[in-house]
Amino acid sequence: MRKELASYFAGPLVYVVIGAFLCVTGLQFYTTLNSFVTIGFGLNILEHFWEEFFNNSIAFYLLIVVPLFTMRLLAEERRLGTIELLYTYPLRDREIMLGKFLACLLVFLLFVACTLLYPAIVYAIQPFDPRPFFARYLGTVLFLASCIACGLFISSLTESQLIASSCTFIVLLLFWILTWNEAAVSSSLVTVLSQVSTFDHFHTFSTGVIDLKDCLYFVFFIALFLFLTLRSMESRQWRGRR
Amino acid sequence: MIAVEGLVKDFGRTRAVAGVTFHVAAGEIMGLLGPNGSGKTTIMRVLTGFFPPSEGRVAIDGIDVERDPLAVRERIGYLPENVVLYPDLTVTRFLRFCAEVKGVPSASRRARLDEVMEACGLTEVAGKLIGKLSKGYRQRVGIAQALMHRPRVLILDEPTVGLDPRQIIEIRSLIKSLAGETTVLLSTHILPEVSMTCSRVMIIDYGRIIAEDTADGLSQRVRGSNETRVRIAGPRAEVLAALRSAPGVEDLREEPLDDGAITAVLRSARGDELRRELATTVVGRGWGLLEMRSLPMSLEDLFVRLVRDDRDAAA
Repeated sequence: MRKELASYFAGPLVYVVIGAFLCVTGLQFYTTLNSFVTIGFGLNILEHFWEEFFNNSIAFYLLIVVPLFTMRLLAEERRLGTIELLYTYPLRDREIMLGKFLACLLVFLLFVACTLLYPAIVYAIQPFDPRPFFARYLGTVLFLASCIACGLFISSLTESQLIASSCTFIVLLLFWILTWNEAAVSSSLVTVLSQVSTFDHFHTFSTGVIDLKDCLYFVFFIALFLFLTLRSMESRQWRGRR
Repeated sequence: MIAVEGLVKDFGRTRAVAGVTFHVAAGEIMGLLGPNGSGKTTIMRVLTGFFPPSEGRVAIDGIDVERDPLAVRERIGYLPENVVLYPDLTVTRFLRFCAEVKGVPSASRRARLDEVMEACGLTEVAGKLIGKLSKGYRQRVGIAQALMHRPRVLILDEPTVGLDPRQIIEIRSLIKSLAGETTVLLSTHILPEVSMTCSRVMIIDYGRIIAEDTADGLSQRVRGSNETRVRIAGPRAEVLAALRSAPGVEDLREEPLDDGAITAVLRSARGDELRRELATTVVGRGWGLLEMRSLPMSLEDLFVRLVRDDRDAAA
């Protein structure tokens, strides 16, 4: 895992992406806040602003950026052949997997930590109740971990980083926009879809509410993909066996 | 130390290893020799627990690879073929990671790291990124990571491929210096390498062992059958007739060289005796003996012959 971290920070990728991420979310932060302030949506204006900001900026941009980082986790090891080293070191598969997962998560926690800047700015101008932010950040971290778990799994399936990143992006996006257009499907289907959609579960957090159901959803999502990753890593064991 | 019984490995319909049995005693250096695609790498990967055998049993230090892969991996150091290491880590960073992962105790890690880097000649590139190193240095990093935890068994897949002659000599002497303490299994398709480093040799073709011998035994076979090259100035027809009729000559091949002399290569099992007799004949007839030289059969020839004989027998 530490090797993983070291190789992240050795390259420019991390700095470039953090920079871009902050640029985009910063811009969004400024423009959205601006429009909320100038147009005004009623008394609860700032609460709506944060809801909007977490849903449409932070979570959505994470969704775009995560595949860029997870794509290399296992796909690159396979392409380089270094996976052969890892598999012949005295490491269990799950240790390799968790090392990769946690290293990637840690890098992204750094991202998310940077976004604390935005509420801090607003707080400096106009103090507010910080408690809903626990929920928002808990939601963000859970959502993030889910994205990484999904990306890790897809990365374990292929040698190509391009395929890994594009597939991860599509899968994540699909889960995110599942209930995008509620009018397009029957209402009973929407109820089912909204149970599966990452967006609907994240939305609760973004309003500042922690619901056990949503927490469990994300935990299950993470566990499922980590489990699938492990099975995928073990697949080399049963190839060629009779 | 290494025990392989009836190892079979299939990939889909391809049989990469077709029933291989061998043992390597502790402290031995065993060479695995075979053309590309003969199953060397597959055998090694099974030994390291990278994938399990389709059939058969593999044990290292008495531990079954399938039953307790972690315990086996703690005992082996493995250098894969075409070592590609993490290009974006420095040598020290990568080797420290190896030491951590392989359970070198943190108290002695520093010292072990220096020791291994020294032994592999890596001290001067310690801070460089692996991706920026030359092939030779990268190969040494690969060997260093295999040695890191003082494994009892070293499995080296083509350890000297891509190195320059001086580096090859260094690596070979490094491997040799490990003999006795460490059991080594190394694969190669370069024959002289085996005779220089290994105590025993297995020759593999089409996933089967076609010969197994000591390095000396192989050299013996090589010496047993040899060729003699002669250059004689004299009447062509008579000279050739005399050569053909000399006792023990199995085959004669004339080399057309336009220098007025007759140049021929004779094959015979009676090397030295034949040469003594021929010399007497030539001198007795008053011809000029310009050259007479024994051509030892190279390991390459032996190898080609073994493979051919084996394929003929199978056909």
